[in-house]
Amino acid sequence: MSAETKKVRLTLPENEVMSPGHLACQGCGASMAMRYALKALGRKTILSVPACCWAVIDGPFPYSAVGVPLQQSAFEAAAATASGITNALKSLGKDDITTLAWAGDGGTFDIGLQALSGAVERNENMIYVVYDNEAYMNTGIQRSSSTPHGAWTTTTPVKHYRKGQKKNIMEIIVAHHIPYCATANIAYPEDFIKKLQKAKSIKGAKFIHLFAPCPTGWKHGPDKTVKIARLATETNTFPIYEVENGVYKINKKIKNVKPVAEYLRAQGRFRHLPEDELEYIQSMVNKSYKRLEKLEAAFGESA
Amino acid sequence: MKADPKGVMTGAHYLDGDHACCEGALAAGCRFISGYPITPSTEVVERFASRIPIVGGVFIQMEDELASSIALQGAVWAGKKAMTVTSGPGFSLMMEHIGLAAMTECPCVFVNVQRGGPSTGLPTQPAQADMMQARWGSHGDYEIIALSPSSPQECFDFMIDAFNISEKYRVPVMFMMDECVGHMIERVSIPEADQIEITERNYTKLPPGEYLPFKPAENMVPEMCKVGDGHRIHVTGLTHDYRGYPAMNPEAQEEQVGRIVRKIRDQADDIVRYEEFDVEDADVVVISYGITHRVAVQAVRAARDKGIKVGMMRLIIVWPFPEKRIAELAEQGKALVMAELNYGQVFFEVDRCAKGKVPVILAGHGGGTVHETDYIVSKIEEAYQCR
Repeated sequence: MSAETKKVRLTLPENEVMSPGHLACQGCGASMAMRYALKALGRKTILSVPACCWAVIDGPFPYSAVGVPLQQSAFEAAAATASGITNALKSLGKDDITTLAWAGDGGTFDIGLQALSGAVERNENMIYVVYDNEAYMNTGIQRSSSTPHGAWTTTTPVKHYRKGQKKNIMEIIVAHHIPYCATANIAYPEDFIKKLQKAKSIKGAKFIHLFAPCPTGWKHGPDKTVKIARLATETNTFPIYEVENGVYKINKKIKNVKPVAEYLRAQGRFRHLPEDELEYIQSMVNKSYKRLEKLEAAFGESA
Repeated sequence: MKADPKGVMTGAHYLDGDHACCEGALAAGCRFISGYPITPSTEVVERFASRIPIVGGVFIQMEDELASSIALQGAVWAGKKAMTVTSGPGFSLMMEHIGLAAMTECPCVFVNVQRGGPSTGLPTQPAQADMMQARWGSHGDYEIIALSPSSPQECFDFMIDAFNISEKYRVPVMFMMDECVGHMIERVSIPEADQIEITERNYTKLPPGEYLPFKPAENMVPEMCKVGDGHRIHVTGLTHDYRGYPAMNPEAQEEQVGRIVRKIRDQADDIVRYEEFDVEDADVVVISYGITHRVAVQAVRAARDKGIKVGMMRLIIVWPFPEKRIAELAEQGKALVMAELNYGQVFFEVDRCAKGKVPVILAGHGGGTVHETDYIVSKIEEAYQCR
């Protein structure tokens, strides 16, 4: 072994706010996501968490893992609770504390959409992160409006699997004209952290749509979480982009785009899909991405 | 009328209460569920979602419980038998639409697999603390009917009753399970379809123009119609007249709201349902329902072994409440013990009906698990002593 030690440049903040010993399943994308988020935002953060996996993952106080104050509220109420927190902080003159609403796709795309729409329309000073694992995983894998076409869940069994595209939550929130919206993926923590830090520096409502695979619900090995998350972006299934004050920017432009089948076939929840469905999904992915490129061309920095 | 064999999975099965509840609904002719995932009730809709490709029907996973609790009412007016399924927090969100179902006399079933509350409470553990909410949860005056099963077999059997009663009285029926009953697995025996009696919806035979959707017919209950029958009707949550047209005056309020209350209260004798054993010679009677009834039976046996003459009354239909029977028991000088998984809900009804004639003791429990038998026995002894 060489005596020389190779220097490694850290690309992530060194500080750890979240401690080990949480209650997530092995390979949970959402637990990695929180670790990165707290690295980015630091200890001066207050979390608003509705019913979702993270209401459990944190663990019972005082054994909780996050290391920052966390207010757990009702399923539909992440953004409303965060509105209360952020306005109280404002009236107390505490402007150095970040309010972070942290909800799953069910609590954001479905039951929490009304509260989220209200909060971003009021341009509440908060960061809202939806960690998207594309189904209700905490209650045992039921479909949500974020579940993609073709996926198996317990309420969309193989005989009549989920049909129809997942809701485009980014476009919905962009339509509220808030200062900052972005997508992120746990496979690209540097990008996610950079976006959180940028969001922290902006006053008003900020929204991050975070892709976070769930091995339990997607039926893949816990060691494959990051690989599958990366495939989602490498196949353009989940493009990484941001919309700052209405200006679109695709942050990761994939040079050699992989076929979507590679992403789908890596997961048990798509195992039943016939070839023609794979082709259909590929065509929908192509269409969505083309649409995004057009948006960037029309409303990007160079436009 | 007999059940449609397509929905009846005849045979002996090993099912949990949630799955049995689903099978009961299918046997009763329910072909529409709007639901939203919530522990410990999700298995009901999961089973329904996997059964409907075979049986036929619709399951919609809605975006929240507000939507779930109204979609089923749309399905009913379109002509289906329908239900929704939830637990504590979801049940809270459904309250406004339970009132709507009562006001519009929409026959449907709300299943609540009760868990510990309030708020998020104990998602995976039992309680019976939504009983008063089931009765009074929505604003305004109205009456509902509530059943409480204590085993998977009863989840199947009583589910059929729940649908039949909802059709007979055109009333939303609350099916008050709990986490223990929902998740316990026992033998469930499902009879042949021709052994299952089904109450069909009472569709009017009157021609369009003569039919009035809110004019009381037999048992104070108006006849129904469905979309496409050619009737020109109006369904609204506003106080309405026989035609369903908004009529916002005290007379219409008395006519409509008075009747939806009276159609249950005045016919409560026909609706109430309970079981009793060892009551005749008893000095003390334990009253219970749902899962707690099964523990209470053990306590009654244990107290009998100790020489206390104690009997058991088990409520199958909790609302409307068997007021007369409780008054009778009190009249006979039998001390009463109410065992339930809450800090006193149905207890207050027992106390009210006893009118101070006998001691009424609460064997309460906050939930999270079932009672200890000894605890109920100690309450029986307490009641016996202060008789």
